[in-house]
Amino acid sequence: MAEIQERLKNKAYSEYSYATRPTKFTLFIRRCLLFQIFMFFKLNLKIMMMVVKGHS
Amino acid sequence: MSKVLVLGAGISGHTAALYLKKILGKQHEVIVVSPNSNYQWVPSNIWVGVGLMEPNEVKFKLAPVYKKKKIVYKQALAVSIHPEGSSESEKPFVNIKYVEEGRQGEEEKVEFDFLVNGTGPALNFAGTPGLGPDLFTNSVCTYDHAAHSWKNLEASLKKMENGEHQTFLIGTGHPMATCQGAAFEYALNIAFEVDKRNLSHLADIIWITNEYELGDFGMGGAYVKRGGYITPTSVFTESVLAEYGIRWIKQAGVNKVEEGKAFYELLDGTYHEQNFDFAMLIPGFTGSRMKAFDKTDNEITDKIFVPNGMMRVDADYTPKAYEDWKPSDWPEVYQSPAYDFMYASGIAFAPPHGMSKPMKSPNGTSITPTPPRTGMPSGVIGKVVAQNIAYRIKTGKKDHPHKASMTKQAAACIVSAGYGFTKGQAATMTVSPIVPDWDKYPEYGRDINATVGVIGLAGHWMKLFMHYMFLYKAKGKLGWSLIPE
Repeated sequence: MAEIQERLKNKAYSEYSYATRPTKFTLFIRRCLLFQIFMFFKLNLKIMMMVVKGHS
Repeated sequence: MSKVLVLGAGISGHTAALYLKKILGKQHEVIVVSPNSNYQWVPSNIWVGVGLMEPNEVKFKLAPVYKKKKIVYKQALAVSIHPEGSSESEKPFVNIKYVEEGRQGEEEKVEFDFLVNGTGPALNFAGTPGLGPDLFTNSVCTYDHAAHSWKNLEASLKKMENGEHQTFLIGTGHPMATCQGAAFEYALNIAFEVDKRNLSHLADIIWITNEYELGDFGMGGAYVKRGGYITPTSVFTESVLAEYGIRWIKQAGVNKVEEGKAFYELLDGTYHEQNFDFAMLIPGFTGSRMKAFDKTDNEITDKIFVPNGMMRVDADYTPKAYEDWKPSDWPEVYQSPAYDFMYASGIAFAPPHGMSKPMKSPNGTSITPTPPRTGMPSGVIGKVVAQNIAYRIKTGKKDHPHKASMTKQAAACIVSAGYGFTKGQAATMTVSPIVPDWDKYPEYGRDINATVGVIGLAGHWMKLFMHYMFLYKAKGKLGWSLIPE
């Protein structure tokens, strides 16, 4: 994505220039296997609980 | 013996049919009428559209599953409903027309005691001149459309490999289209595939949407707790688009498409054009356009369906201003108010109103997403409708012990943002309830602790896991009913 980022960052005052961007740490954590394995189970459990509670 | 007729074999209709047969057993008959010979897991069509899955991986033949489950299956199109029967028939019936090879055009009257209308949406490409895979844009709404999209996308990628610049226009193709989520993930997947091939410098990817703000997704947006702030989904969505190098045009109602050019009106009333080399624009949805007749053959379509063909259920359809919308407007059991033995599930039911605030341009054009009723709520509604019908058949009572209001149901949406076991990622979003309840949750409209918006590899694994899990469930294999909708 580096080339796109480069192209867009020069467009100050465009809508994109006001968008929040992930930091390097955020990008790392998004693909960190250990953390993502934990998230996989956490999110699955959360969704499962929501489905069960969502109808009677 | 009671006869339950299910129209449609999509996520909702198929779920209803499987549960009906499971609960009712051999004593009662379950009949499914669907023109499609295949069941498709629609959320994975995105991956077909970028060439990472074959259509065969997202679909399977319905006939063997129904044969195994002892469900009667007729590959046919429902043409008309006769809830009072006719002068020749006391029982309610549906007229169907076969599309099955060898029986095309053959007509039949299928009688029923209870009806589930799970016909899903009709893709109204004709609602926008020039829209659709037969004309100038692509679609990922079905596996066939998605496979066709991939052929065209592949051609664009080849042109880029030869140094040619390409403009991709992805989004909504009608001022009141819904399913922004599917289009959004297609845009992200295209950006991901372009980047994977080191071709980003030759791509201009544009997200065009009828949303007032990005991240509205037809559900009035949401708020997510993250990074020490309560953040609107517009921030979340803008961030993802900017990260993937995708420009956006919001508040846009596409009203016409020509070869390589889309015409749209903005909410401020101005008219614009956008050139493209490849476009995937979601059409407006309508109901199945079935007609309905009373015992003496007078048309009563308006009594059963709203003008766009979706079925009236136990909702409050009184026209109201946005400020007066209430959770109690939404249906709980999806029963026809006109005929209590008829139900609608999934996209086939008519919502009482939108979830997003209605917006009109100075020219009078409504530019607002219609409410989404995709996978998870469709499956849940299908199950609840089946449970209630089975209860009525078994007990002879008329009440409904099972309820599934979208003002109480939660929903999860996993938006693929790139495919790959270690390189892929997806945005996982959950909201509870689906329809905002500003009385119960005055600050954010929903339970902020149940609302999630995270991006990461885990989301991709979950989407892939759900692909296999829900196809397994839909095939009715061992333990299928233990898997939640």
